[in-house]
Amino acid sequence: MRKTYRGHPLWFAYLLHRVSGLALALFLPAHFYLLSLALTAPERLDYFLNFAENPLVKIAEFGLVFGLAVHMFGGLRLLALEWLPWSANQKTLAASAVAVSFLISGTFFLQAI
Amino acid sequence: MLDLRLYMMQRLSAMFMAPFVLVHIAVMVYAIQGGLSTEEILGRTQGSVFWFLFYATFVIAVSVHSAIGLRVIAHEMLKLNGLTLSVLTWGICLVLLFTGGRAVTAVTLL
Amino acid sequence: MTLLEDTKYLEVEIWRGDAAGGEFQSFQVPAYESQTILDVVSWVQQNTDPGLTYRYACRVGMCGSCAMMVNGTPRWTCRTHVKKVADGDRLRVAPLRNLPIIKDLATDMDPFFDKWVAAEGKHHPSKSREDQIEQIDPENSARVEANSGIECINCSVCYAACDTVAGNPDYLGPAALQRAWTLYNDARDAKKQVILDAVSGTGGCHNCHSQGSCTVHCPNELNPMKAIAGLKRETAISFLRKAR
Repeated sequence: MRKTYRGHPLWFAYLLHRVSGLALALFLPAHFYLLSLALTAPERLDYFLNFAENPLVKIAEFGLVFGLAVHMFGGLRLLALEWLPWSANQKTLAASAVAVSFLISGTFFLQAI
Repeated sequence: MLDLRLYMMQRLSAMFMAPFVLVHIAVMVYAIQGGLSTEEILGRTQGSVFWFLFYATFVIAVSVHSAIGLRVIAHEMLKLNGLTLSVLTWGICLVLLFTGGRAVTAVTLL
Repeated sequence: MTLLEDTKYLEVEIWRGDAAGGEFQSFQVPAYESQTILDVVSWVQQNTDPGLTYRYACRVGMCGSCAMMVNGTPRWTCRTHVKKVADGDRLRVAPLRNLPIIKDLATDMDPFFDKWVAAEGKHHPSKSREDQIEQIDPENSARVEANSGIECINCSVCYAACDTVAGNPDYLGPAALQRAWTLYNDARDAKKQVILDAVSGTGGCHNCHSQGSCTVHCPNELNPMKAIAGLKRETAISFLRKAR
């Protein structure tokens, strides 16, 4: 079965929204824990910040920024879909959300390396 | 597993958070230049009422939003229901509020 | 069955079994120039296995009873041509997804129709027979919105295509919610708030993730995703009004 009922753009937009949301929610406690080290153990926070200079970590950070941006722009599309008058160009809007997110996270990545 | 009340909390927290996310991303793009250090982060945030209020509101909104989002995923993918699901929702919200609150105070209070 | 040399055959797998389980069974069905999925299933039942159970009535896309999963996608089988959906000469036909199986290709549609009623997808009269018949302006925007959903034939293709129904069995589903939205916009319906309350529970319209599979696969090209968005908007407005 090459194609099933799921293989269409808005379903992939849903998948991206769910995966990015789940990843961000699971990342948050770790993010908060590391920042709280600033108070309790600044030298360990610096250790982690140095660890973040690793190229693989930079790529992971790019993924996180992309996830954050695409969850926000994709979410704004859904809010508009639900609460504003209907617009039929949902596929274009979903693709634009991905494009803008890629641009933003790409900018972040270029600043980071 | 969302009734109207949970749905409204989910959507309103999302709408409220959008500008916060934009500012957060802008700060990240700015701050990542030349690498990060504890000193640099604290230099920006410590003792700042603005950043304290900014991140505190952000943490509250994200705790509500994530808890409801994970609740939906737990119901649809793990088939959790009833009391278990409510405990999970509240538990996630409280854990995020607590760890997030600690992080905000750690980087903004003198 | 003897295969004829000068005849082309389709390799058809049909799901056989009941609520307890089952498996796909292979059949070879003569290929014709113009042939629907329902033709293929009927050919098997009439020529190979009279015990094959399936459901159809009108054969012209009006009754909504013949929907099945065809190569992984829900379709109205009487109006789906083999040429359009076959994977080479292969077809795999299964009972509709998200509904209990009775036998072979026949599913139990009760949950689908029960949800239709639970979403208040029934007329709430605003007038008695003593009253004058209400004049309806066909250009009125609410009427135009209601009209956009009235061609639903209850085939359950959208319900089978919906992953939210699959993950959350209480979810009312696209067809029932679209019906609720149609009645909400009908000037002759007297209980708008009853409809909004019915679609605001734990299985209500707010569980929809706007995946849009309902709209992609609706054989009558209706837009349940848009209807559900309309319900979300109206319930949100009524929520904010009450909060004030």
